[in-house]
Amino acid sequence: MMRKENMIIKHTRIIALDTIEMVLENEYISQNAVPGQFLHLLLTGHMLRRPISIAQVNKQENTVTILFKVVGEGTRTLASNSIGSTINALGPSGNGFPLEPNAHSTALIIGGGIGIPPLYYLANELTKKKINIVSVLGFQSKDYVFYENKFKQLGRSIIVTNDGSYGEKGFVTNVLDQIGAFDCFYSCGPLPMLKAITTQLKDIPGYISLEERMGCGVGACFACVIPAVPSGGYKKICHDGPVFHTKEVQLS
Amino acid sequence: MSLAVELPGLSLKNPIMPASGCFGFGREYSEFYDLNRLGAIIMKAATKQARFGNQTPRVAETAAGMLNAIGLQNPGVDKIIENEVPFLANYATPIIANIAGSTLEEYKEVASAFNAVKEVAALELNISCPNVKEGGIQFGTDPEMAAKVTSVVKESSNLPVYVKLSPNVVDIVAMAKAVEQAGADGLSMINTVTGMQIHLPSKQPLLANQTGGLSGPAIKPIAIRMIYEVKQCVSLPIIGMGGITTAIDVLEFLLAGASAVAVGTANFQNPFACTEIIEELPNTLQTYGFASVKDAIGEGIK
Repeated sequence: MMRKENMIIKHTRIIALDTIEMVLENEYISQNAVPGQFLHLLLTGHMLRRPISIAQVNKQENTVTILFKVVGEGTRTLASNSIGSTINALGPSGNGFPLEPNAHSTALIIGGGIGIPPLYYLANELTKKKINIVSVLGFQSKDYVFYENKFKQLGRSIIVTNDGSYGEKGFVTNVLDQIGAFDCFYSCGPLPMLKAITTQLKDIPGYISLEERMGCGVGACFACVIPAVPSGGYKKICHDGPVFHTKEVQLS
Repeated sequence: MSLAVELPGLSLKNPIMPASGCFGFGREYSEFYDLNRLGAIIMKAATKQARFGNQTPRVAETAAGMLNAIGLQNPGVDKIIENEVPFLANYATPIIANIAGSTLEEYKEVASAFNAVKEVAALELNISCPNVKEGGIQFGTDPEMAAKVTSVVKESSNLPVYVKLSPNVVDIVAMAKAVEQAGADGLSMINTVTGMQIHLPSKQPLLANQTGGLSGPAIKPIAIRMIYEVKQCVSLPIIGMGGITTAIDVLEFLLAGASAVAVGTANFQNPFACTEIIEELPNTLQTYGFASVKDAIGEGIK
């Protein structure tokens, strides 16, 4: 269950261009977070909290790792917080990825840019359940690549950059036919990428994590909705998601 | 220290209630605290049929506030009565139903749907939603239309009706007088202020609806000014709202003439906003020399 908690910044470092890794300490959130959940962070001087997905949890040290890209005022403020300072969070928020495949099955992880972080925590947990992982990670260019080695330690991984400056050139969808057989997939990234993937892999069970500008982050304000299947219904991304089965929602 | 306030149809143990649209139907916030602690609860707007609302993005942050263009998303009045009212009826907190529509007929139908619902204590008449293409705002910007919808709802309802006024008008006093003459039991003010934000990367309006309603501390001075003006010209009780985040803000609204207040955007920053304000209010009143909430109402008007 989500709580309002203060988290202490233990560590922060730049891991790629405009991309920051931050380690936050809080016992309740670290002990309860599952892969795919997020933190709704209160930032000084900002009216609205910012949803940031959880990239890793260390239950021994009571820490949660987040990765974020500095793209606007909110993430700039978040990046300016120094080690030892406190950030207020609602968390762990939302519903995580179902860890449903059987042991020894193969799960394909497909991440795009700053959509990759929640998949790292997921990949770790899947590996603990003896599920084979293959990762396809897409970035704009070489300067934005992060966590390549961390994913390689968990299984085969393919890096793709849009401009070809590192790894394979193109989009994540270009390399899916190189993967071989897999039983299910998990994805997070830009909406056009998710649309392309869910179309290309429509016959394979899959889960996607969505993002949207949020208001309350608890399901009360109806800011972050997405049309559901069957048509006419809707889901709240913050409360019903952010993880959905591909057949639950209509990506527009 | 007495925080109690009596308003038409509403015996409030304290003057703090969450604002319509910022609290859903209470379920989410009930996981943070006991809803019995609230003075009242104003439900999210009900329309006759279910509405999906606008495309996303629906919210944008601004300096000291936010824009929203949700678009009255709701499951329709029948589903609200069937699924949401019973949940809120578990609490000893008066329920106010916010009603909206595109036509006089729709307002009439939604209002009368609550006649058989004994758990609902009052209606808040939403004539001022800026975020739907049809209905809402035209009733809220023309005094004649506002009077018309007020009298239609009064005729169809057996509940006290609080008319929620839009600040997007030239003469707020004319609006207030018009709905008072049409039979309103109280006023709720203010709704959001229409605004827009341009998203630089796309060079286009950020909200899918283009315009949205500005809320939060940015609009508090507008709300205070309008309540102050209206209070001197009408005799209806006012539920004040617009950027309240602290007990000090509440006192300011009381002094300007509000008898109770609603807290909206602040809930998003702090899910405990309403209960923290309730806890803080006695001290704040005492600090400024008031022995009760009632003593402070309208005291800013000489």
